[in-house]
Amino acid sequence: MVIEQTEKEYMRSGHMGCPGCGVASTMRLVLKVLGEKTIVVIIPSCAAVISAAYPNSVMDVPSFHSALEIAAPTAAGIANALKIRGEEDTTVLAFAGDGGTFDIGLQSLSAAAARNDNFIYVCLDNEAYMNTGIQSSSATPENAWTMTTPAGRQGRKKQFMQIIAAHRIPYAATAAMGYPLDLMEKVKKAKSIKGTKFIHTLAPCPTGWKMPEDLTARSTMLAVETKLFPLYEIIDGTQYRITHESQGLPVEEYLKIQGRYRQLNEEQIRKMQREVDENWEQLEGKIKVCM
Amino acid sequence: MKELLTGNYAVAEAVRLARVQLVAAYPITPQTPIYEKLSEMEMEGKLKGIMMRMESEHSAMAAVVAASLTGVRTFTATASQGIALMHEMLHFASGNRVPVVMCNVNRVIAIPWAFGSDQSDSLSQRDTGWLQFYCEDAQEACDTVIQAYRIAEQILLPIMVCIDGFFTSHFLEPIEIPDQASVDAFLPSFSLPTRFDIHNPAYIANVINADQYMQYRQRTFEDMEKARPVIKEVDREYREIIGRGYDMIETVNTDDAEIVLVTSGAMTSTARMAIQSLRDKGYKAGLLKMKAFRPFPTQEVQEALKDVPRVAVLDRNISIGKEGIWCQELKAALYPLERRPLVTGYIAGICGSDVSPEMIENMVTDALNRKESVELPVWVRRS
Ligand code: SF4
Repeated sequence: MVIEQTEKEYMRSGHMGCPGCGVASTMRLVLKVLGEKTIVVIIPSCAAVISAAYPNSVMDVPSFHSALEIAAPTAAGIANALKIRGEEDTTVLAFAGDGGTFDIGLQSLSAAAARNDNFIYVCLDNEAYMNTGIQSSSATPENAWTMTTPAGRQGRKKQFMQIIAAHRIPYAATAAMGYPLDLMEKVKKAKSIKGTKFIHTLAPCPTGWKMPEDLTARSTMLAVETKLFPLYEIIDGTQYRITHESQGLPVEEYLKIQGRYRQLNEEQIRKMQREVDENWEQLEGKIKVCM
Repeated sequence: MKELLTGNYAVAEAVRLARVQLVAAYPITPQTPIYEKLSEMEMEGKLKGIMMRMESEHSAMAAVVAASLTGVRTFTATASQGIALMHEMLHFASGNRVPVVMCNVNRVIAIPWAFGSDQSDSLSQRDTGWLQFYCEDAQEACDTVIQAYRIAEQILLPIMVCIDGFFTSHFLEPIEIPDQASVDAFLPSFSLPTRFDIHNPAYIANVINADQYMQYRQRTFEDMEKARPVIKEVDREYREIIGRGYDMIETVNTDDAEIVLVTSGAMTSTARMAIQSLRDKGYKAGLLKMKAFRPFPTQEVQEALKDVPRVAVLDRNISIGKEGIWCQELKAALYPLERRPLVTGYIAGICGSDVSPEMIENMVTDALNRKESVELPVWVRRS
């Protein structure tokens, strides 16, 4: 796999995120691949604050701060207008958080995916509503602390890639900033395909995860290597392919560096491990079916 | 040549003639035939461009706002619960200063569930920053949609063209559909600057501070004010090229009137008959038809009513806790006058319930006999 390494950045320095923000780094990597001919839709989220506060903006491509529940139809509207104008060589990219994707924006994303409108949707999943100050979303893992789940969240994280796969869009993938080349290659692939493309990125939030700001990349590596967040892609909703072989470290390795899991007891950790193993088995099953 | 068409189909014809490039819609009674007709035109190749078949009105408005920012001419239509669901995005359309044109087919809002005509759905969107025009019949709806593109694209604010559900939307009327060449002459091809320029990237809709926000609102307000002469000029040109015009209000027999009835939408046609009948009986009755709701034609209304002692306002809507919305607005417009007419508000035809010429005649004579103003509206229902 070859990603052309260019000096050019489409997200300039001076963003408004916290130090060590995984959302900001992920955005930067995505934009680096997509390049100049890109129009970005951003919705209320940390990404919106990171990208611009008037009169400043770190974005070096046209960008639009739209409403929370409409990342997908906004991107779709732009993409169709570009088609009418004969400017289809411009990529339309939607950046949305887990709240805007798993929760309030699910309906409109589902419809756009069902129409197979032509855009790339990148979910910047930091597993809670961080922009409003760490409240739980349906992407928040079970037992994780947030301001609205002080005893740990009840209810399990939505298996969002399964929802996306059910739409049978041409391309979907998971990615994490700890594996930048893997992430960038997936973005590159998404750019080359027409239709709705979805990339679920794990974008750590040192503030909300209660961890030191220099552990952002490492935390995603531990999520991948424990098989909690495997890296794979799905073509047409049916063909699965693992893009990085996880080592299968104990999930505790991932949990223990984050303050939001501090209150977990042995039993809860064992339960989480069981669930990670089950999810992995399910995924392996799908991959075998595809082979 | 005249064709027999419903108001919904007349609106679809106007959208075709305006060479709209992107339609994003969701079906809702009684707007659905507009969506269906446009789909048929798309199939027949009469409507070029793209139709987005949306999953909700909220997303439909999101898509047309985004497409309009990208520089294409857009249209959507809705009604009732649909416009209520769109409410947030209506602010987005005006805030982003996009010239989106939408037809709202007035229908009552739940709950209770019902389907008749009622203007509460669109009038309650009063403060979203949209221009609003209310049409009396299908012909006016067709002409107003075409005019709306000229106005919206000049002032960069969205426009809502409202017609009465089931009456205007579904009744067949003989309509003169303008020919394409005349519409092309009136409405030049679209050339809005695209707001997404790859070579000169900008960030649209930043987070701003309180002072900047207030400045922005003030500018939008001022631009809506600037729409007044534009609406008049566009109407004059339309009259010149196509042969019809409507202006922001219409007055009938108001000059010597002792009482003027104020109406909007389809009930105006019934009111015309009632006023004629009253004149025949010797009453000095006049009619004021309201076309524009935003911007509100304050000066025009003052001019028309400054020498009139009594006014009756007919509202097919109700603002619970106050009165009919046209009545409130009219009273506010008349307040600066030195000699204010006595205004009585009547609520009738809610949810499309019947309003006969006789009922209107009774309202007018009731208002004529009143000695002092009443704070609450008078409810008029068929006995
Ligand atoms: S709160 Fe978290 S996601 Fe938001 S800017 Fe700070 S580190 Fe990034």
